[in-house]
Amino acid sequence: MTQSVVVQVGQCGNQVGCRFWDLALREHAAVNKKGIYDEALSSFFRNVDTRRAGDGPDIYKGKICSLKARALLIDMEEGVVNEILQGPLRDVFDSKQLITDVSGSGNNWAVGYKVYGCQYQENIVEKLRKTAEHCDCLQCFFIIHSMGGGTGSGLGTFVLNLLEDEFPEVYRFVTSVYPSGEDDVITSPYNSVLAMKELNEHADCVLPIENESLFDIVNKIHQMTKSGKLGSTVRQNSLLTSSAGTTKTVQEKPFDAMNNIVANLLLNLTSSARFDGSLNMDLNEISMNLVPFPRLHYLVSSLTPLYTLADVNVPSRRLDQMFSDAFSRDHQLIQADPKHSLYLACALLVRGNVQVSDLRRNIERLKPSLHFVSWNQEGWKTSLCSVPPVGHSHSLLALANNTCVKPTFMELKDRFMKLYKKKAHLHHYLQVDGMEQSCFSEAISSLSDLIEEYNELDATKGGLRTDASRLKIAV
Amino acid sequence: MSIVAVQLGQCGNQIGREVFNTIYGDAHGTHGLCSRKENEAYHDACAERFFSEAQSGVPVARAVLVDMEPKVISQTLSIAARSGHWKYDDRSHFCQKQGSGNNWANGYCIHGPRNKEAIMNLVQKEAEKCDRLSGFFTIMSMAGGTGSGLGAFVTQCLRDAFPTSFILNHVIWPYSTGEVIVQNYNSVLTLSHLYRSSDALLVHENDVIHKICAQLMHIKQISFRDVNQVIAHQLGSVFQPAHTVEADIHYSRNPLGGLMETLVPHPEFKMLGLRNIPQMPENSLAYSTFSWPGLIKHLRQMLIANAKMEEGIDWQVRPPCPGSTVPSSHSTNKLLHFNTSIANLVILRGKDTHSVDLGSFRDPSLYTSWLNPQDAFNAWKTPRAFNKYEKSASLVSNSQFLLKPLDSVVGKAWNMFASKAYVHQYTKFGIEEEDFLDSFTALEQVISSYTNL
Repeated sequence: MTQSVVVQVGQCGNQVGCRFWDLALREHAAVNKKGIYDEALSSFFRNVDTRRAGDGPDIYKGKICSLKARALLIDMEEGVVNEILQGPLRDVFDSKQLITDVSGSGNNWAVGYKVYGCQYQENIVEKLRKTAEHCDCLQCFFIIHSMGGGTGSGLGTFVLNLLEDEFPEVYRFVTSVYPSGEDDVITSPYNSVLAMKELNEHADCVLPIENESLFDIVNKIHQMTKSGKLGSTVRQNSLLTSSAGTTKTVQEKPFDAMNNIVANLLLNLTSSARFDGSLNMDLNEISMNLVPFPRLHYLVSSLTPLYTLADVNVPSRRLDQMFSDAFSRDHQLIQADPKHSLYLACALLVRGNVQVSDLRRNIERLKPSLHFVSWNQEGWKTSLCSVPPVGHSHSLLALANNTCVKPTFMELKDRFMKLYKKKAHLHHYLQVDGMEQSCFSEAISSLSDLIEEYNELDATKGGLRTDASRLKIAV
Repeated sequence: MSIVAVQLGQCGNQIGREVFNTIYGDAHGTHGLCSRKENEAYHDACAERFFSEAQSGVPVARAVLVDMEPKVISQTLSIAARSGHWKYDDRSHFCQKQGSGNNWANGYCIHGPRNKEAIMNLVQKEAEKCDRLSGFFTIMSMAGGTGSGLGAFVTQCLRDAFPTSFILNHVIWPYSTGEVIVQNYNSVLTLSHLYRSSDALLVHENDVIHKICAQLMHIKQISFRDVNQVIAHQLGSVFQPAHTVEADIHYSRNPLGGLMETLVPHPEFKMLGLRNIPQMPENSLAYSTFSWPGLIKHLRQMLIANAKMEEGIDWQVRPPCPGSTVPSSHSTNKLLHFNTSIANLVILRGKDTHSVDLGSFRDPSLYTSWLNPQDAFNAWKTPRAFNKYEKSASLVSNSQFLLKPLDSVVGKAWNMFASKAYVHQYTKFGIEEEDFLDSFTALEQVISSYTNL
């Protein structure tokens, strides 16, 4: 079995990461009833005997002693990480997994990337190596960060580069939270575009998330539970939206519900690699199947169902609804409409009581309403994991490599250009050592190239499908 | 003689287990509606073929399990052991920590060479356990990375290490959509490489088996287990012992050799399809009776009309009339659907097999002109009933059965290749565009050969 390491950078990254570890523990607690440290657990957790002095050795077999997250927590202020260390998850991390500073990055990508990157490089590499040494087959790094600020965006993408240099064989999946239009950070377009260049060049897969979408989804769930129409059959405390049931009752923070959604994205993404199923999907299959060209590795995700109904035997109709919803605009984790754009490839990761015939039926049903690129008319990848998420009987994570990400990138470009034309705030960046104006022009042209690649694909949409003429064989 | 199964990848391991389960269940779970003596002989032949005797008395499957990740193998081993009836050898499996990620190149160029010695050692040990080795039966899917890429590599190694043994590759043709996006690339690479080193490719299409589960077995929510059980049943119906020569009292010694001798007269034609009849849910069996002429008539029409199962056969399709070189437009249309054979093998199991008239399969108009029709058809029989079916017939056919699926896979892969999509994923592991072109060329040749029968 392989292992993964989570690198959470900046305030947003650490808040989401915190929710992830909480939910991961709960999921394994629900599945692993005997308290034995098993391979599924080992993918994200070490088992350590903390009674021994120093860095206790890993225990590979037998009872769970003390679980330690395979994680590196990085922030250039102390607030969020300190809160985690005082909260219910404190035992999952130890001081060797933390890198913090006190002064923050001032919402400046250059401070995160150039200043802190330089300053903390050795420290970060050393801690990454240490974490990697604890793995017997490290497969994937998950970076969680936001694009708009300074630390997550700057130092986060710096770490991405480091990972490529230090661990070229290990996959790099990045969960990036994109700023919304009415972001309160004025320089967020700069930070995002500068970070995008790094993502373009160094990530294997990027899962873009927009806060607006998370906000809408959380509202939608609240309305559903309150409307009373479904009230009696809806479980109020599904794992997806509530943090109730954690080891200690914590007062729910405003962003918890939203961060939980992202945490669940990661859980469902890795479930088929962790648990048994009749059709497994390992993490390395995701980029293999969904990334036809190296730079086009942005995957739009959706999670369904948003709530779970109380009945155990799922009638077909409701199961099919889960598949339909996964393609609708209001279930996507970014503001995008995959149905009216062009699919390059699509993956359906199903958990729970769902069989291959359910998959086939739904693919057949949905296919006619979706546009696939001419050379990948059957671009579907599927997996069946037998372990459902806690509190659900089944769930679906859809990953779409779809040109619908383009508007998000175009909007980002527009906002960048508005500032850049007036050279607004540029001096904050240029006064940082190693930061030059060319960094900006290269970043914006990288983004423009990416948009152009999507444009070219979009242009093929709706055109007549002509098959490439086949090789001729001399008979 | 014995057959060593090599189970590769998730699909190969899951199907392999079902095959051994079916074979064991058939040999031990039923009395076969025949004489005690016949049943004992059948039983012994089956045991020699597929199982070795362990000290504990529990039969041990003659199999080597290979996968690049541990989950499926550990599951397969434990399910088999839990049955209590048979098991796998505790040492006859090989797995690594990280799968091939659906990448044929990763399986073929990286995992293969790196693990060659360990895998071939296991195969060698398993082969040495056999008093007489008939050959190898590898089970793999061609969609993923391990079964397909590593499978092609291992097949090549088997050919080098056992130049005189037969190698039959059982290949699962993936669902046309929804399993793996790069499956057409992986398939093209797999088939072209297997064509070089394998003696024959026995193919099962997932789409077809899925339909059989729905329409004949009446399963509502079809799982991979259901699909695999149907495949195992069909394979069992071919590989369980049968008398290859009329009136021979002994069961055939060399099942793989017999199969190749009948079905693969020319190395350009190695694609075998499998049909069986009847197929129905177990609880309907008690209420059904079959007559041999009826079964044979259906099976023959399934052959000439290329029907994948008993239901929905096109009865209009007829073989071309001998001597009619210029058919009317109406009959050309029908002729287009006619499935020309190179060679066929029919296997009959159950009551009164000796009296069955198979003349309709000997009709020369069914076959290509360049082979002697006498050599193109063979029949194996046993009075021993198979798997609770009082009478059953299977057809293994080297014909145009797989022409359409092959043409479609190559066409789709070629379309993708024209835009260079996903090619970078393969070059990363050492498969270049040139290698793709070689594989495309090889398969276009196969398509052209089968088309011009």
